[in-house]
Amino acid sequence: MSESTAAPAATEPRHGVRIVVIWAVLAIIADVLIWTVWRPHLPPGRMSVEAQGQQYDIAVMAMLCAPVLLFIWTYFAYALINWRQREGDEEDGPPIHGNTKVQATWITVTAVIVLSLFVFGTVELIVPAGAGAGEGPSPIWNPSGITTADAQAVSPPAWTPGGKNPLVVQAIGQQWAWTYRFPQFGGMETTTLQLPINTEVVLHVTSLDVIHSFWSYELGVKADANPGVDNIAFFKPQAMGSFSVRCNELCGIWHGAMFNYGHVVSQAAFQTWASGVQAKEQADGLLSDLPAYALTYDPTVIPQLGKDIVKVAGITGANGYYYPGPQAGTPGDPVSP
Amino acid sequence: MAIETTPGADRTQPAGGGPGGTGSTRAWWMKPAVHTALLGAVIGYLLGHWVGNILSYTYPNLPLSDTNDTPLVLGYLFGTVGWLAGLGVFNDLGRLMVGKPLPDIEHAPEGGLAKYFRYTLDHKVVGIQYLFGMITYFLTGGLFAMAIRTELLSPTYHIMSASSYLMVVGEHSTMMMMMMSSVVLGPFGQYFAPLMIGSKRMAFPRIEALGFWLTPPAYVILLSGILLGGFPTGWTGYAPLNIQAGPGMDTYAIAFGLMGISMILAGFNIIVTYINYRAPGMRWSRLPMFVWSMFTVSFLQVLAVPVLIAGFYIMIADRTFQTAFYVNQLGGSSYLYENLFWFFGHPEVYILALPGFGVVSEILPVFSRKPLFGYKVGAAGMFGVALLSFFVWQHHLFNSGINPDMRPLYMLTTELISIPTGFIYLVALGTLWKAKIRLSVPMLFALGLYFNFLLGGVSGVFLSDVPADTTEHGSFFVMAHFHYTIMGGLIFAFFGGIYYWGPKMLGFELNKTLGKIHFWTMFLGFNSTFLPLFALGLMGMPRRVFEYARNLQTLNDWVSISAYILGASMLVFLVNFIWSMLFARVKAAANPWNARGLEWQVSSPPPPENFQHIPVVLSGPYEYGVKDAPPVADLNPPVGVVSAAYAGAGVEA
Repeated sequence: MSESTAAPAATEPRHGVRIVVIWAVLAIIADVLIWTVWRPHLPPGRMSVEAQGQQYDIAVMAMLCAPVLLFIWTYFAYALINWRQREGDEEDGPPIHGNTKVQATWITVTAVIVLSLFVFGTVELIVPAGAGAGEGPSPIWNPSGITTADAQAVSPPAWTPGGKNPLVVQAIGQQWAWTYRFPQFGGMETTTLQLPINTEVVLHVTSLDVIHSFWSYELGVKADANPGVDNIAFFKPQAMGSFSVRCNELCGIWHGAMFNYGHVVSQAAFQTWASGVQAKEQADGLLSDLPAYALTYDPTVIPQLGKDIVKVAGITGANGYYYPGPQAGTPGDPVSP
Repeated sequence: MAIETTPGADRTQPAGGGPGGTGSTRAWWMKPAVHTALLGAVIGYLLGHWVGNILSYTYPNLPLSDTNDTPLVLGYLFGTVGWLAGLGVFNDLGRLMVGKPLPDIEHAPEGGLAKYFRYTLDHKVVGIQYLFGMITYFLTGGLFAMAIRTELLSPTYHIMSASSYLMVVGEHSTMMMMMMSSVVLGPFGQYFAPLMIGSKRMAFPRIEALGFWLTPPAYVILLSGILLGGFPTGWTGYAPLNIQAGPGMDTYAIAFGLMGISMILAGFNIIVTYINYRAPGMRWSRLPMFVWSMFTVSFLQVLAVPVLIAGFYIMIADRTFQTAFYVNQLGGSSYLYENLFWFFGHPEVYILALPGFGVVSEILPVFSRKPLFGYKVGAAGMFGVALLSFFVWQHHLFNSGINPDMRPLYMLTTELISIPTGFIYLVALGTLWKAKIRLSVPMLFALGLYFNFLLGGVSGVFLSDVPADTTEHGSFFVMAHFHYTIMGGLIFAFFGGIYYWGPKMLGFELNKTLGKIHFWTMFLGFNSTFLPLFALGLMGMPRRVFEYARNLQTLNDWVSISAYILGASMLVFLVNFIWSMLFARVKAAANPWNARGLEWQVSSPPPPENFQHIPVVLSGPYEYGVKDAPPVADLNPPVGVVSAAYAGAGVEA
């Protein structure tokens, strides 16, 4: 400890400059590669406007984060190579307790990075009207030309090919399938989702039993399906093709199989498909059997379902609200409402 | 308030340690220990089940529950009380009530292995109980992880049914998230809390021991869920699926709740100990970083866990009394559960992260042979993380349909938390500057933490951004993210801690070569397992599914094989641990790392009373390389110095 001042500062290489130079070269290479090579392949692709926006966001954040990662890695690698204990050297290192300048710089730089990320993220959330994520029952960021009241309307104005009105689709989750209702087509219900290209879609997501989550990876849409709650998301498909729809919130044993494909088709093809399904369901008497289109459904009060509600001593069963209680005949005898 | 520097005059009864108390002449099977506790647990369970049956038969609305939830819940609760009673937890309470003298808790407990199976009040015994308990719990959870990866070897060919798979996922995740919250605070926090601050004891030894003895019932009850079909909700237990689920759900709520009580007790005890039991001269500015991390984590536990317990209490009420707090159609709200759970759940993530920071901040200066860089910045970073962690929980609910204008706010708070986390990295970078790095096994694990946690933290930035989160939420990206922060952070710190403090706690040295093999297999296996999971998540693979798209099979197989290597690294550790303990026992030196910390100034393992005299702390723990730095403490202070110090603080000595 006594002779530790043997190496004067002048002969010591300028470690800080070296680290910064190595880091700067690596960071520039990494950012150029991310923007030119990686960005077109980043998720979730460009099938909708929202998906493309998310792809852009992920690329920008990757370009911001790569230099941070590389700085720490460069520093650690440099330290581990240069500042190892030499053979037989039992001396302690220089007693540096801190450096106000370094600490202040670090705090300022990280604060600036973080706050700019926040501003960027907020703009990217508000400008594309929620960025494809569920906005809850009363969205405040709507696509141009749509008000919150429009989005919440139970009987929206008709959708026509080439028209200005958005297409309204309701995704209903239940254990373990998605169904879709189209209020602009008589409230018809289908098990697969077809969507027209280049049309603003107002997606209502709700559930009949437990929490599900509507996730279309290719469309960049994700919204939880809560029972009794309407969750609205906006998106606009911009490429034809098939996309996947799956449940993204653990909803019971067949959660992993709650999976389906949908298609983005031309507006004319969609019109043909949708009115065809509507006519068929009308002819089969299905439309009149369905409960009226609503933003949420309560399976315990849909008479068409014909299920008994368990009511005992004035208390409605929370657990057995689909089926009668298990111990019929015991003090709690299931009764119909 | 009297600080007990010497045993009180009224406590002359020779105790023999713990609730065995005056009965030390009894035969071994007559003294309360694990076997009597098991007996108590069985009796309690049967009693509770019987009471539950009576209740659900006579109470008109209880038969509505699908199953015998009420008898099950009461059975587990009574069983836990019976287990504690059998251990003798309530004996001292009984002594107080009938006016008998209490045993002297500072008296050395009986020697031999028996003390580890009793309700022993010595914090060093509790620390070692925790150590062996946590290794067991961790390896159990790891076995479930191996099962998950085996099932995911093929997208279509299954070795498990859908329900078994969910059961295994639930057991793995809950075991890891709830039991591992004490993985550092339990063994190292309890063991070193008094040693590092120069105290002879914890503030509340009975509460401390109770904290440990609640973990075995939590473990057993959680595992008993397997017999009841498991629970289908994962570790988050979302409502209303948790109301719909079978009786396995009760084991989740009760086990997690018991562990929560254990966390509250441990945290409360540590806070009081650090505030009141520091040796003279142990100023706040001289506290080791590990003590700061334990201090902040304890606040998180005391403040956050009650919310979880409230959430579970309501869940159990919904399941047994047929209330409808979480059922939307009946006027409740499933969001209530989500908010209660994550109000605990996000601080919980930092309950799992901060101890890791503490351990590595302790290891780094010793093996860099330099003072800790920016000590105050590091401590402020821990406080900043702890404080902010209460304001970020709704980022788990970005897509759930919460008020949309709340999302930028939670995006901001979530991103802000990376500033204090960055302080921890600043401390590391500054400490390594022109250091004399010694790549010992603990140092390797500490560096591993910095590497892993960096990836975990940076991926967290992607998740905090609402638009990007739309794609990443609920995918394997999130899964990889939190494994990088928790397994890559906390568990690496845990093993680093075992290699660093193991000699001090256990009195023998761990084999260095096997330690290095352990580190490298674990580090490479870990990164090879979890790095591809980021890619899988970005390619659209959701969490908790047993079937996945065919094009993801190659990556999944890679991950599974890496996971087996990761699992094998744990076997290396076990071999090392058992070999070093039983066969190649090399007695540990008092200070093998030439460290300055107060805990290293006493023998390995420390004497029963920790310090012969209350030490007087003279300087900070990280003054490496400082010329003429005083020794960290005077272990034999002149007579009168300690009492004078307490007198100055207005405390009767």
